[in-house]
Amino acid sequence: MFAVENGLQGDPRLQAISDAIRVIPHFPKTGIMFQDITTLLLDPVAFKHVVDIFVDRYKHMNISLVAGVEARGFIFGPPIALAIGAKFVPLRKPGKLPGRVISEEYELEYGNDRLEMSVEAVKSHERALVIDDLVATGGTLSASIKLLERAGAEVVECACVVGLPKFKGHCKLKGKPLYVLVEPSQLDEVTF
Amino acid sequence: MSRNKQEEDPRINGIKTKIRVVPDFPKKGIMFQDITTVLLDPKAFKDTIDLFVERYRDKNISVVAGIEARGFLFGPPIALAIGAKFVPLRKPKKLPGETIFEEYELEYGNDRLEMHVGAVEVGDRALVVDDLIATGGTLCAAIKLLERVGAEVVECACVIELPELKGRQRLKGKPLCMLVEYR
Repeated sequence: MFAVENGLQGDPRLQAISDAIRVIPHFPKTGIMFQDITTLLLDPVAFKHVVDIFVDRYKHMNISLVAGVEARGFIFGPPIALAIGAKFVPLRKPGKLPGRVISEEYELEYGNDRLEMSVEAVKSHERALVIDDLVATGGTLSASIKLLERAGAEVVECACVVGLPKFKGHCKLKGKPLYVLVEPSQLDEVTF
Repeated sequence: MSRNKQEEDPRINGIKTKIRVVPDFPKKGIMFQDITTVLLDPKAFKDTIDLFVERYRDKNISVVAGIEARGFLFGPPIALAIGAKFVPLRKPKKLPGETIFEEYELEYGNDRLEMHVGAVEVGDRALVVDDLIATGGTLCAAIKLLERVGAEVVECACVIELPELKGRQRLKGKPLCMLVEYR
């Protein structure tokens, strides 16, 4: 579900957020129009809009845990967690987290990767939010949901700044709702 | 020059008790300073950010540079609170646009830190943030990147310092602010 479908139609903040995202063609490979959020982070007003919109949505949903996917989920997750008084749990590439971890595999275009989470980070029945910068296939978010559920948490929603248009409407990932601020930005003109 | 350690603030001890030390990670002999347990305590996490924000909010900082990946946990909340841009300093090949890089030494071999061209401008006043300073190699690379594009690095900020590794001396004369020492 996109923000415009859920009460924020016409909200100028969404246009500001979209305008602040830079498109890099053919990264990391030919054909991909990469949505570069680093330019959003260079605009303190637009960055704050992102956090404010998510905080407004989640502050009364009794969320006790915000999980962010390495690495760009680490940029958006903590400010939201801090504002709503939730803990922040990093979901990391293999071998980065010390102590006891659980891991979940997910598919890449070629091969697999794994996401890890600290077992002690989650209490049973905690209400959790998963954050990443962008959702494309949903593979990473699905792995995140599985990790949290295996540890006993209830995933309330997944939230991303950018999402492909196929996630409009009541699209769910592993049965969980998805909330997205903007569709991918387009290049203004083709450059070679 | 103000103190570079927040010695008497009562919030510091609360943060220190939340840091988990994990022996022999990632390899034998290393006492790993795990800050993820600080993030699990909303008050300790908020106190960490507040301490840095209180220090920097009136220092006209225009950019906060955070070192991948744990610098991304602390840098953005500080940047947002003080109205500064946030610039991620990343491992090679992660940033999609045109980048510049700086090499630094690891125990065996080298690594690189990259920054987007155009993210930081001449005259920007910068803060560099990471969770921990050990040898200072990564922070030194970060300072060099920022200075090369004409920014003034005002200070480096870390939650934890390992003073015996003398990283503080490798910061090209820049001051370090840390909250917790581990000896």
